[in-house]
Amino acid sequence: MSLENRVSDIIVNKLAVKRSEVKPEADFQNDLGADSLDLVELMMDFEDSFGLKISDEEAGKLATVGDVVNYLKEKGVEV
Amino acid sequence: MTRRVVITGLGAISPVGKNVAECWDSAVQGRSGVRRITLLDPEPFDSKIAGEVKSFDPQAYLDRKIARRTDRYTQFAIVAAREAYVGSGLEDSGLPPERLGAIIGSGIGGIDTMEQNHRKALERGASRISPFFCPMMISNMASGWVGIDLNAKGINLATVTACASSGHAIAMSYDAIRLDRADAVVAGGSEAPITLMGLGGFCAMKALSTRNDDPETASRPFDRGRDGFVMAEGGAVVVLEEYEHARRRGADIIAEVVECGMTCDAHHITAPAEGGEGSARSMSLVLSRAGVPAERVDYVNAHGTSTQLNDISETQAIKTALGEEHARSIMVSSTKSVTGHLLGAAGAMELIFTALALRNGIVPPTATLQDPDDGCDLDYVPGEAREADISFALSNSLGFGGHNVTLGVAKV
Repeated sequence: MSLENRVSDIIVNKLAVKRSEVKPEADFQNDLGADSLDLVELMMDFEDSFGLKISDEEAGKLATVGDVVNYLKEKGVEV
Repeated sequence: MTRRVVITGLGAISPVGKNVAECWDSAVQGRSGVRRITLLDPEPFDSKIAGEVKSFDPQAYLDRKIARRTDRYTQFAIVAAREAYVGSGLEDSGLPPERLGAIIGSGIGGIDTMEQNHRKALERGASRISPFFCPMMISNMASGWVGIDLNAKGINLATVTACASSGHAIAMSYDAIRLDRADAVVAGGSEAPITLMGLGGFCAMKALSTRNDDPETASRPFDRGRDGFVMAEGGAVVVLEEYEHARRRGADIIAEVVECGMTCDAHHITAPAEGGEGSARSMSLVLSRAGVPAERVDYVNAHGTSTQLNDISETQAIKTALGEEHARSIMVSSTKSVTGHLLGAAGAMELIFTALALRNGIVPPTATLQDPDDGCDLDYVPGEAREADISFALSNSLGFGGHNVTLGVAKV
């Protein structure tokens, strides 16, 4: 499974949104209905799934689906 | 002018039914909802039986995201509150949201959420505690969620008095309407205590029945063979409404709440005061505050937990409050014989049964009572429901901490 698909799976499950809504440019709060608590939980799920630690400062910059995918790639996450 | 308070909506989800009609039918038929526990492995516990809400699927009522971020106890409250609110017809009445309140009590709150997160924190570290842990666990969140779900923007709070919690929620709502803080309040309680710590904690107190081979008769209030209460879960909610408001809009008025009595034993953390002194005073307060003579009381829906201590002291309390002669002439029953003990939801569940008994002219039985214990010498309506034209009833709730609340309910 591609990195994009794994990220999408987590988002679909956590935010109860349709897969078709999870586009790279989709903003978690504005487009996917997440609130600040959802975002914290989402970041925890990414940490668990990809075995890394996302600092609060880094998490604050991850506004869209694409931001997360790019961030994970930069961190060298392999699928 | 004194504002009167009436009941215009009922909602319940319990071991004996997923709505009020089912619950009432079970209470009248004496059909127990107690079974062997399925929510967790019952083997390690002395008490392996409980009143569970059978095959409850929160997603049948709530969207997936909300279902995931609400504790089971909150889900029960939302389900019961919706039924009560829809049934009341208030939705289309033009009542401003600011005049609609919600007061939902819970003895414990989100204990399952507490346990799951605690386990996660111990196993994987404090950083794995869910950001939803606090808002899911706290015992006022059922009230908060009912406010969100029904857009009730008026008075909103939670009462926490153990097994008297929803009795107090009704009493606080009654006061709120009387004092013109609201025109209607969605009031009741919910509980989901069947967890490792909830079940284990009450087992440790030796408070629970261990009649594991016969779950359906394990809750047997006033019976010589009683050996403790049966833990149960669920939600029960009523809509209380100011009488003129209800009358003007042509609402179906189910019964009237006529005063509430609230006292404390100031005696012991769990044991009732000698002779049920505290609960006798809470019953007497209803009568004195309402100016109703004891002789008008036709029926008492007892707290009747099926514990050694409660059933005798409550019997004594009823005699003290109503006079021994009158106490012997009326009907007293415990619907916990079929539901088990819904803890913080019990008071509202039993108010619903009391209101329907008045309206329908049927007194639900103490279904499992066969051999009344020494000292339990009132007419507990054993076995079978009874048709009776009753007009005034009391419903008792008593909680650990010595909290006593009695609701006075009249036929309209």
